[in-house]
Amino acid sequence: MRATDMHTTATHTTAALSEADRLMVVCNSCRYCEGLCAVFPAMEMRRTFLDGDLNYLANLCHSCGACYSDCQFSPPHEFDVNVPRTLAKVRADSYQAYAWPRAFSGMFARNGLAISVVAALSVAAFVLGFVAFRDPDVLFGTHTGPGAFYRLMPHNAMALLFGAVFLYAILAIVMSARAFWRDIASGTSSNAKPFWQAVKDAGSLRYLDGGKGGCMNDDDRPTDRRKHYHHATSYGFLLCLASTSVATLYHYLLGREAPYAWYDLPVLLGTLGGIGLIVGPIGLLAAKWRRDPALVDESRFGMDVAFIVMLFMTSLTGLALLVLRATPAMGTLLAVHLGVVFALFFTMPYGKFVHGIYRFLALMQYAREHE
Amino acid sequence: MVDLTRQYDVLVVGGGNAALCAAIGARRSGASVLVLEGAPKFYRGGNTRHTRNFRCAHDSATETLTGPYSEEEFFDDLLRITGGETNEPLARHMIRESKEVLIWLGEQGIQFQPSLGGTLTLGRTNAFFLGGGRAMLNALYRTAEDLGVDILYDAPVTALDIQDGMFLSATITRDQATSVVRARTLVAAAGGFEANIEWMKEYWGEAADNFLIRGTPYNRGSVLRMLLDSGVQEIGDPTQCHAVAIDARAPKYDGGIITRLDCVVFGVVVNKNAERFYDEGEDVWPKRYAIWGRLVAAQPDQIAYIIFDASSLKLFMPSLFPPITGGSIRELAQKLELNADVLDKTVSDFNAAVRPGTFNYNDLDDCRTEGLTPPKSHWARKIETAPFYAYPVRPGITFTYLGVRVNDQARIIMKDGKPAANMFAAGEIMAGNVLGRGYAAGIGMTIGSVFGRLAGRGASKNARN
Ligand SMILES: Cc1cc2nc3c(=O)[nH]c(=O)nc-3n(C[C@H](O)[C@H](O)[C@H](O)COP(=O)(O)OP(=O)(O)OC[C@H]3O[C@@H](n4cnc5c(N)ncnc54)[C@H](O)[C@@H]3O)c2cc1C
Repeated sequence: MRATDMHTTATHTTAALSEADRLMVVCNSCRYCEGLCAVFPAMEMRRTFLDGDLNYLANLCHSCGACYSDCQFSPPHEFDVNVPRTLAKVRADSYQAYAWPRAFSGMFARNGLAISVVAALSVAAFVLGFVAFRDPDVLFGTHTGPGAFYRLMPHNAMALLFGAVFLYAILAIVMSARAFWRDIASGTSSNAKPFWQAVKDAGSLRYLDGGKGGCMNDDDRPTDRRKHYHHATSYGFLLCLASTSVATLYHYLLGREAPYAWYDLPVLLGTLGGIGLIVGPIGLLAAKWRRDPALVDESRFGMDVAFIVMLFMTSLTGLALLVLRATPAMGTLLAVHLGVVFALFFTMPYGKFVHGIYRFLALMQYAREHE
Repeated sequence: MVDLTRQYDVLVVGGGNAALCAAIGARRSGASVLVLEGAPKFYRGGNTRHTRNFRCAHDSATETLTGPYSEEEFFDDLLRITGGETNEPLARHMIRESKEVLIWLGEQGIQFQPSLGGTLTLGRTNAFFLGGGRAMLNALYRTAEDLGVDILYDAPVTALDIQDGMFLSATITRDQATSVVRARTLVAAAGGFEANIEWMKEYWGEAADNFLIRGTPYNRGSVLRMLLDSGVQEIGDPTQCHAVAIDARAPKYDGGIITRLDCVVFGVVVNKNAERFYDEGEDVWPKRYAIWGRLVAAQPDQIAYIIFDASSLKLFMPSLFPPITGGSIRELAQKLELNADVLDKTVSDFNAAVRPGTFNYNDLDDCRTEGLTPPKSHWARKIETAPFYAYPVRPGITFTYLGVRVNDQARIIMKDGKPAANMFAAGEIMAGNVLGRGYAAGIGMTIGSVFGRLAGRGASKNARN
């Protein structure tokens, strides 16, 4: 038994939460890491750590690893302090705990597999659907000019299907985020400052820098690599989202139909975002494989990888479509791209995507506490 | 790979703050350097791993220090805490150097932060390491590696060949095999002997068996012993050490900062006979915490209990172990295996002696006892609100003061008063030169960094002349 095993401040529903509580007692009596990130100052405001407190702290943690390499009590020390890994477990568990509807929370277990299956099924459905509803001439023909895509799938059908899955994703995410927020939010705030603070902190990944030095990755030399690749990925994603939104406006407000010329805004935004979504995920995956295994929750490797791969595939199929849209491959590529995008949205509430939402809310609560 | 057959310019023994500052100082002035750290890589850096700040003089506020701390003020503080038992020229030299060393440490990659929560009183005088002592060490090791300093872990020095004040070689023992390392100069920076209970017993008797060692188990004083046995002049009172009262449930070694208890001033402290033995409210805690180790060491079985009530529970920094709780003083006594009648009487006598006053933890307030021996001079409030709490405490040894004498270049002085030909020392192993007794937070690192840098530079110059 470790000398510290006896001390937690509350009883918990999972072993990971109990371990996190034990660690927060150790850390709260040390506090040497308080300058590294938001986790430790937030911890210092508490003396007991209930499940909600720990879920909050876990989602404040960006897993930079600095506190692990700075800790005089990390293993092999008998106090066995590993905050990044323990909070990674609690964090991933929290996504499952707050998932909506409850019946789907199981998707978080063996998440990589679940998402691959959904993705494969939806790609297959689009390909088969095209084959079934369009004759081979249309599917393998060459189409150019406005409305080319809609010869394969009518715009209204596309809009309906994707609108529905998009709205569903938003609903599921909002419902789970609401449950999380109820558990972590305390105090009231009458102004929008905490919101903007959280936008800034999340947008700049302020706490993914080990308090200035960078992330601890595979050796004892910190770098900002993960931060840069994460920026490429998340801003790439946002640009792609902007591209789709602009295209939707074009369609309904201006009556201009896709595909658009390469210099048109949707294509420019989409291409730029697409490049980010190629470079970012590759970099993140490479960094992930090189990370010190001591820092990560290996049982969630599948979930992380699945999401990164889905983003990568979205971009890859989208860019392929852009390049080859005037060739006979367009029909198949469109089916594959739509299948991947559909799966991305459908699985969004049940995968790594939600980390951004939870982290944002945790940062907002942190800004409220520290006003 | 480290080549043990070559002769290095500078051999640094130890792997903490003093050793690394010496190694970097020497390497930066051109010497080839080998560091021998007795501990495995994870435990590198001895007690430095557990530190959080560094006391230094500075003429104006910095990004993280809230105001100036003049050389004069630093020296006055040192004079006060040591009761004059310091070497004035050496101390003044150290304080002067500390100004530059603050900047120099930053250049070696160390990052600072404002004072930690719960230590506001040190925000002006002490520079806090971002991430604590291990982060500080990691930065020093990275810099040393980048500069080309060779480092060997698991390499305790088990013998020194010293002839007529001249260092020739050191023997290291790794996996039961020994090898001899030659170098032109030696920097001894291997810490004190606090982890060597047998040695402590020479001065403390069997009581030392009940001491807890707050830091590394690797500081066994072997290098200090070898130097003293080779004609080096001793300095400092061997019975003096920095000792605080820490939670008795802490591990024997390396429990670090988190077992400390800052609640003495909020209650009463009794020994195993359930009787008080010292004024718990003599002065503000930062000025008194370091006497409680010795006070408890003088009690039977070296154990004591801090007793307080519900009104104080949240007034001090949380600590690792939970307090022991009782619904009444008697119940608490039973749990602590103390005589319930006596503890009950001790607490009621104390309560009866408490005079009304206005409680103010941040200052010497007027809450005190009257007609009680020993008195409690400040912060005396009745212990009457259940539940009642107790922390068992034992002496926690931070570091020892017995060391080797050095001059203002960190060069070792021999028994005959002559400077050693090629030997230097820095850190805990020579702390007694400036710290005859007492302690001021952060001065351990000052001694290590300042004399470490001096020793490294001096050794480098010596080796290449
Ligand atoms: C819990 C705690 C908190 C502290 N906090 C502070 C603080 O905030 N500020 C402050 O100024 N001071 C603090 N101190 C005191 C401070 O730790 C020491 O003053 C300082 O570390 C001494 O530095 P050093 O390099 O001389 O010794 P150490 O850092 O102890 O290094 C000694 C090194 O020598 C090695 N060694 C020992 N024997 C051998 C051998 N035979 N061969 C090879 N290597 C050997 C050890 O492994 C170790 O690496 C604290 C101490 C403790 C225990």
